Amino acid sequence: MPIVVSDTHSTWTKRTPAISALVWMGWLIGVALVVVCLQKISAQTEWFFVADAPAQGADMISRMFPPEWGYGSELLRPMWDTLTIATIGTSIAVVIALPLAFLAARNTTPHVSLRSLALFFIVASRSINSIIWALVLVAIVGPGVLAGIFAIAFRSVGFIAKLLYEALEESDPRSAEAITSTGASGVQVVSYGVWPQVLPAFAGISVFRWDINIREATILGLVGAGGIGLQLNASINALEWSRVSLILLLIFLAVLAAEAVSARVRAAVT
Amino acid sequence: MAEAVQGRLWKPPPLIQSARLRWMLTLGAVIYLAAALGTIDINWSRVAEGGPRAVTFILSFFPPDFTSRGNAIVVGVLESLWMTVGATAVGVFLAVPLAVGGANNLAPRPVYLVCRAIMAITRTFPEILVAIFFVKLFGFGTFAGFLTLTFATIGFNAKLLAEDIEAVNPSQVEAVRATGAGWFSWLAYAIQPQVLPRAIGLAIYRLDINFRESAIIGIVGAGGIGATLTTAFDRYEFESAAAILIVIIVIVMATELMSGRIRRWVQ
Repeated sequence: MPIVVSDTHSTWTKRTPAISALVWMGWLIGVALVVVCLQKISAQTEWFFVADAPAQGADMISRMFPPEWGYGSELLRPMWDTLTIATIGTSIAVVIALPLAFLAARNTTPHVSLRSLALFFIVASRSINSIIWALVLVAIVGPGVLAGIFAIAFRSVGFIAKLLYEALEESDPRSAEAITSTGASGVQVVSYGVWPQVLPAFAGISVFRWDINIREATILGLVGAGGIGLQLNASINALEWSRVSLILLLIFLAVLAAEAVSARVRAAVT
Repeated sequence: MAEAVQGRLWKPPPLIQSARLRWMLTLGAVIYLAAALGTIDINWSRVAEGGPRAVTFILSFFPPDFTSRGNAIVVGVLESLWMTVGATAVGVFLAVPLAVGGANNLAPRPVYLVCRAIMAITRTFPEILVAIFFVKLFGFGTFAGFLTLTFATIGFNAKLLAEDIEAVNPSQVEAVRATGAGWFSWLAYAIQPQVLPRAIGLAIYRLDINFRESAIIGIVGAGGIGATLTTAFDRYEFESAAAILIVIIVIVMATELMSGRIRRWVQ
């Protein structure tokens, strides 16, 4: 908390002049960077289309209303498939992520080399988005729900394992030590000293990922991996906006419901 | 007493205390799983073909070819970076008023509900879905991508920032109010210093997410490295596609590492 002294009085300031000059420079560089980026984007833009967009948008929205309610009966099966993709995908991910997290956590890993291997799998799974996994899997196992399930599972393994191994590393070492001092074996120490500590976190993480996966499963159909995205893509391509609006409404409700369930479960376990 | 204890084995308490709820949940899960697994249509002959297909598919990615589409890759990455930086900056800026409106300790009830509804709508739809509509409205290219990422950033940052604002220490807020400060100076001196480190962390985190998403939304025509990737897939130039995937993974890992560092340093 520096104080600037002049002839007549001294004033309190938040920063020294040198630091405030530095902060100012930081802002200058940041703002310049943003302006350059926006300019590059604007140079590539056909402003003619943008000027037309409000009219286009209004037209599109007017065609969306009223939604074609009768189409709803054909959407039940795709919605069920979407739910299946998210739930089964998350379940598979949980089963794979559990041992992976124990291998990756510093305090439970049997060996350092196994730890680096587990960390590699976690990072690889996390850096590829589920829709890219879906693109690849559709080419391998063919279009359908199965590709979607595995796309969701592969992306979620890294997410669940990362959060779980961080929880494991943050667990209180004293409980584990207390169990060790009774003469328990390594497996017993983990199952009685470490596991109970992370169980609520584990349940919370899994449900949280399930909630995210509901959202992701709605779009996998765009690349042919099953679920309601298939119908959405078809309706958009056929310009059937009254069906599109109904599908969007359904997705919105499903996501809200999933979020509510996940919030309640997480509040209950933590 | 001692005899009674000796008779049974100690068991750790279950996660769900009520036995009835526990059994009902288990039963429900089993029924659901049976129904879900029973309704999956699997074309097993197609899956069986998958093995050899996977091998040829994966082999066709090797060796990754960085050179023959080198220019397109560089342009794609640059476009992604422009979209990411521009959208994060604009989105973070626009999220602030929405977050203030959506914090129940600052905003009156009607304003709070409207802001929360906007957040819910902007957050529900995955980026790629939003991108489809923006591409339809504004044409192909980075502008649609920029708008998509901005839209997603607003909802995400506003929600998390609003939660931080709701969690501020009320005694400092009260202290500033006791000096007779107006609403804006109250915001600037009581709320802002408490949430600023978290807000910076959030912005950096969102920068990281936006880059990842910019690699995806190109699939539907919103510019960036994703567009380059889709083109490579569509032309069956799998060696180039492999190179692009590697570039994306490397940049994603680098941004994640950097964003983690910066966030730790800020907090």
